[in-house]
Amino acid sequence: MTVAVIQFGGSNCDRDSVRALSHLDIDAERVWYEDGLPADATGVMLPGGFSYGDYLRAGVMAARTPIVEAVREVAAEGVPVLGVCNGAQIGCEAGLTPGAFTINESARFQCERVHVRVENAETPWTRAYDEGDVLALPIAHGEGRFEASDGTYDRLVEEDRVLLRYCDAQGQVTDAANPNGSRGNVAGVLGDRETVAVMMPHPERATLPDLDGTDGAGLLRGFEAATAEAEA
Amino acid sequence: MTAYTATVTVRLKRGVLDPEAETTQRALERLGFELDDLRSADRFEIDLDAASAEAAAERADEMAERLLANPTVHDYEVEVADR
Repeated sequence: MTVAVIQFGGSNCDRDSVRALSHLDIDAERVWYEDGLPADATGVMLPGGFSYGDYLRAGVMAARTPIVEAVREVAAEGVPVLGVCNGAQIGCEAGLTPGAFTINESARFQCERVHVRVENAETPWTRAYDEGDVLALPIAHGEGRFEASDGTYDRLVEEDRVLLRYCDAQGQVTDAANPNGSRGNVAGVLGDRETVAVMMPHPERATLPDLDGTDGAGLLRGFEAATAEAEA
Repeated sequence: MTAYTATVTVRLKRGVLDPEAETTQRALERLGFELDDLRSADRFEIDLDAASAEAAAERADEMAERLLANPTVHDYEVEVADR
């Protein structure tokens, strides 16, 4: 399998993502957005960064590119897709996942380590964890506040599509542990299929053992899990 | 064809938190201004040629739907004027 890590103008987590995936023995390569989605891509990662300078809204310009249209098509066929940070903003703007990530409640860029609780461990992305597990992951965003209409939010909860919520170190989902004012402390959600997920925290920055913590590795292993399940 | 300017105003839906507007309001208050509330909006002025004002509005509406506004957080309005 080869995970295509799509690089847009202004992406800056593409190399980190390839390195983290490679460390987990998941074959990954960077793909420049103009070169199109490789036909043999068995997974797609939309990496973090500031595609198109966050013009108009974070992620929206990248979301309207032909390669993301191709990503929507393969996602509908079951190819695993993970959007991280700017990739999460792109995913929501492209309609791969519901809701929107918009300006932090603080109106500031926030770069810090947070805790998230695994809300649904029955997805490829969270198979490595148990429900309620608390992960320490870094965030680095100015537009990470999850917003959704009442109807959309209720449906996400009802369908168990909230993947991660911001929490304190003990796993309590509190206002104080919500770094950006996200509705329901939501840090990551699933698309229509569980093989499509977006999240604001950076699992690829918490995967290599020479960095601080490896709690994110299991999330990236979702590419393996999704592919294995598709073949089973 | 007639030359028009379509103005698309995109604003946050009522009830959606606007941290930038709140920060701007606080800055104005620090400067000594008195105000009750402040809302911000994005305005796009689009010059285009169309068969009628209705056709121009329809095209600008589609632009808002497909790119300029995000229906999760935004409302928008379109106004068309001769250019």
